Amino acid sequence: MKLIGDGISKRYFRKTKKANYFYAVQKTDIEIKEGNITVITGRSGSGKSTLLNMLAGLLEPTEGKVYFDDRDIYSMSDKELSILRNENVGVIPQGQTGLSSLTVMENVVLPYYMYKKGENIEKRAEELLETVGMAELSNAYPTELSGGENRRAAIARALIQDPGIILADEPTGDLDDENTRIVLELLRKTADSGKAVLLVTHENEAVNYADIVYKMDGGVLTV
Amino acid sequence: MTKRLMFKNIVKRSGRSLALMILSAFLSFSVFGGYIAITSMQNGLNSLESRLGADIIAVPDKAAHDIEAILIQGTPGYFYMDKSNMEKIKQIEGVEAVSPQYFLASLSAGCCSVPVQVIGFEPETDFSIQPWIKESYGANLGTDELLAGANINTDVGENLKFYNHICKVVGKLEKTGTELDNAVYTNGSTVKALMSAAKETGVGVLEKNDPEKLISSVLIKVKDGYDIDSISDNINIHIRHVTAVRTQNMIEGLSQSLMGISGMTKVLMAAVWILSLVIMAIAFSMIINERKREFAVLRVIGASRRTLAVTVLSEAAVIGLAGGLTGVIAGFLILFPFEGVLTDKFGMPYLAPNISNIISAALIAVISSVIAGSLTSAFSAARISRIDTGLILREGN
Repeated sequence: MKLIGDGISKRYFRKTKKANYFYAVQKTDIEIKEGNITVITGRSGSGKSTLLNMLAGLLEPTEGKVYFDDRDIYSMSDKELSILRNENVGVIPQGQTGLSSLTVMENVVLPYYMYKKGENIEKRAEELLETVGMAELSNAYPTELSGGENRRAAIARALIQDPGIILADEPTGDLDDENTRIVLELLRKTADSGKAVLLVTHENEAVNYADIVYKMDGGVLTV
Repeated sequence: MTKRLMFKNIVKRSGRSLALMILSAFLSFSVFGGYIAITSMQNGLNSLESRLGADIIAVPDKAAHDIEAILIQGTPGYFYMDKSNMEKIKQIEGVEAVSPQYFLASLSAGCCSVPVQVIGFEPETDFSIQPWIKESYGANLGTDELLAGANINTDVGENLKFYNHICKVVGKLEKTGTELDNAVYTNGSTVKALMSAAKETGVGVLEKNDPEKLISSVLIKVKDGYDIDSISDNINIHIRHVTAVRTQNMIEGLSQSLMGISGMTKVLMAAVWILSLVIMAIAFSMIINERKREFAVLRVIGASRRTLAVTVLSEAAVIGLAGGLTGVIAGFLILFPFEGVLTDKFGMPYLAPNISNIISAALIAVISSVIAGSLTSAFSAARISRIDTGLILREGN
């Protein structure tokens, strides 16, 4: 399972003295390979998240194509693309992303029940929560959790459908050293289990866990 | 799970959900309550019109207001004129049928804390009361038998005593929603016996007269093709000491009151709807704004744009449904037990619609509330289905 960005760029309109548009991401080629952690580092506003969102099927590129196993994802209907993301791409967004009206367990199983029903997915959710060290908090609500716990719950949620690709946007942002280490080790284990992991971050710590490292600056991706 | 998410959102944010439900309840209550109140008054008016049953009622001079007081305002009373007037009326061209009625007001009766109106009719000629009686009592009334209006507090088989004269209640009449429900009805011979008994107890107007020669009013049916006003005028001109009143004129005041109340109710309903819809639309817009991040997360984990819109619309519809049901239940609890209060307040005959109409009104009220909830959230649903997920997730950090 692989995810390829083929000449993708994102341009936004903004009236300035020089031009009425700017590029958040310049024309970029990237491939997220299974079994690897690909890390993109860069300062805030450098275009990392925009690139990740384009690869996740959440933001259509201005130019270029995104291929998931040779399928151009932006040629799909919104429903097809949503199902593809639901089943094959685990996204760990920035910040606290647990739904406040659901418990940790309900948050984790939510992607599964989005399109399916019947199977006892709770067992797998329990295992995942055990893996991320959250088993005892499965009945807690997101508002009762710390930042690190919320981030670990988001990882469990991203893995519930056993997707081939994990896209993590600043997964260690605002976390203390201990939680940063736990989260990065979890992502390393995930990659080692054969999944393709893309991690965008402005912290250098993640580089120590990476197989491939890119740097992004002003919308330009460099090795 | 999305259904569960919807219900958990409603429950978890109970204050907000309750506020929206109350607004929805106002909507359905206004539809249901407005319909029931207006229809009941219209039914009451129709019922009164059909119960009066005649085109013209002839009464003694100066009794024109008294007949209205008895039949429309429900104030017990009595007045009499010579029976020969009926024969004179019958001779007027265009008069198809005439029938006398006798009014007597009891001093007190076992059934009631206030005087009761006794209305007597002649079964051989009556064309206004008997069709109504037949709806609930099949036999002919015998001597000293009477039928009680729906509001008279007595049961079939009980005896009622008027002026020391005992009569037996042989039936109770169907509710008409008019003041006629507060009277008792009997045939001519019984009412004359009651009038004689009243005379013995010293009822002033009867003291110098023979009850056998008296009637209170003449109900007149006009032949097809004749102008009711002309015949009414003829009676007033040619028969001395008699005033002819068009029944249509008697209820005209009530008709105008009904139009006024109906118009006022519609204005009130429109105001409730406009205000509630605007508040709900603003509330949904604010809620969606507050929940943008939640919807962005749903998008991230695979919800389609349509799913997001359906989630918003479903939540609004469920709130509308709950509010709609609450409004209808409130309508039932307020309108039906307090029917008497409403009748007194509006001074209108009041006859609740039949059960199928009530159920239809309840359904329409609930459905309108659901539609209102969905419509007011439609803009927010459309907005949320176009969210820029990446941007929203970054905004919160």
